[in-house]
Amino acid sequence: MSREVAVLGVGMHPWGKWGRNFVSYGVHAARAALKDAGVDWRDVQFVSGAATMRCGYPGYVAGATFAQALGWQGAQIHTSYAACASGSQALAAAREKILSGACEVALVVGADTTPKGFLAPAKGYRPEDPDWVRFYIGITNPTYFALYARRRMDLYGATEQDFAAIKVKNAAAGAVNPNARYRKKYSVEEVLGSAMVADPLRLFQICATSDGGAAVVLSSLDYARRHGHRDPVRVAAISTVSPRFASSEVEMPDIATDSAATAEGHSFRTSIARKAYEEAGIGPEDLSLAEVYDLASSMELDWYEYIGLCAPGGAEQLLRSGATALGGRVPVNPSGGLASFGEAVPAQALAQICELAWQLRGQAGERQVAGARVGITANQGLFGHGSSVILKR
Amino acid sequence: MDEGPPRLLGRRCSACGTYFFPPLIEACRNPVCAGGPLEEVPLSRTGRIWSYTNACYQPPEPFVSPDPFEPFAIAAVELERERMVVLGQVVRGVGVESLKVGMPMELVYETLHHDGEVAKIVWKWRPLADDSLQVIAEPAR
Repeated sequence: MSREVAVLGVGMHPWGKWGRNFVSYGVHAARAALKDAGVDWRDVQFVSGAATMRCGYPGYVAGATFAQALGWQGAQIHTSYAACASGSQALAAAREKILSGACEVALVVGADTTPKGFLAPAKGYRPEDPDWVRFYIGITNPTYFALYARRRMDLYGATEQDFAAIKVKNAAAGAVNPNARYRKKYSVEEVLGSAMVADPLRLFQICATSDGGAAVVLSSLDYARRHGHRDPVRVAAISTVSPRFASSEVEMPDIATDSAATAEGHSFRTSIARKAYEEAGIGPEDLSLAEVYDLASSMELDWYEYIGLCAPGGAEQLLRSGATALGGRVPVNPSGGLASFGEAVPAQALAQICELAWQLRGQAGERQVAGARVGITANQGLFGHGSSVILKR
Repeated sequence: MDEGPPRLLGRRCSACGTYFFPPLIEACRNPVCAGGPLEEVPLSRTGRIWSYTNACYQPPEPFVSPDPFEPFAIAAVELERERMVVLGQVVRGVGVESLKVGMPMELVYETLHHDGEVAKIVWKWRPLADDSLQVIAEPAR
């Protein structure tokens, strides 16, 4: 039996710092996705929300919040929280519901309203929470991004120019994306002239936090066919694997890795896309494009290796060859990536899905990847959460 | 804090020997282990830099900043015996320009901040004067 489901429609609310209630972005994105799918809201049988931790109780029960905002119509509801992988887990819940036969058409929504500045832990004295402990000793998210970047420089000869070149590449793509928050093009000199935040990373290389919303309408292949979608984009795989002990790379928000003294060391981020490839029965050589999590520009290089575009240590050469730019062999982050969007946590993994869907349908305008047939997403967040989704045409 | 050289306290599973840090970890996390009692153990006080960076901007609370904020370096140091990477600030006065991946470091105590009259002490990493890591590394327990 096919494990595939159809992506009938996608929609977004543009990313920005709009300061409105997250629900309004979710509703906007949901209505856009329903219109794109040609599905009436009252026909949706399952609403799968990606939660936000920053907007109070309505954020914790995002599936219900969006369903109420769109007008209660009796659908089953569900909410997922999995840090940066929340959108993918909400997508996975909808897919499983469809594949089990419990519903035929589902709406997946994620949206966020974010505060200014560094993401900070929950309040109070909580030394048992690793997220509290690391902030107490001065370790922020950019600390981790910078540790990875510095290690690349030392092990593989990455340069500050390489990290800046990623930002320049992604900003050029984002400049022609109407949903991106930042639409300005940058030069390497401008990026390297911005303030140092966590050596070797500078302000323009570290992603901001944004407001935004994204939504996806999924259905069974049979439902798609009956409703006139002859050749829909399909979900070929969703990976939401957790790490394996001993997880031997430094990971947010921990202040120490697992000890690999008695168990083999494993790389969590390498395992995320591997599972998606296994499920889809394809490999990195089949990709037309990828959307990966450039929380810092330097991390896009890590992802080239984690998703198998090149061997460890090969990312700098791949970047410099132009293969991952628009017009290259396998463009990465043709949406503009987090560099152009900033992060709206529960919406971000779904925004990656929206971009792949538009690309595979040939509707990406000036940032279109010619002849795109297969795309992958990859992301990773706190507490052992990560995801990778493969869409194909 | 006892007499003797500064040590970071971790825990070790009495059944499978796996080390854990921070010591608030309360049960063995090795999936092949049914879980024995965790014993408190001092961790190696030296290791090599896995990677390093700094904080040029003041982190948010609960970090307590001096006024004005003073940037500080941060090192991720791999302990050889435990095969574990432990993050920490680098001692005052040592910046990223003095650090390199693979460099030997030792653990020291330094004040993190003052809470009224009380000095809050934290572990920090300091470069070893020379590459004498082999000499002062602890024998395996």
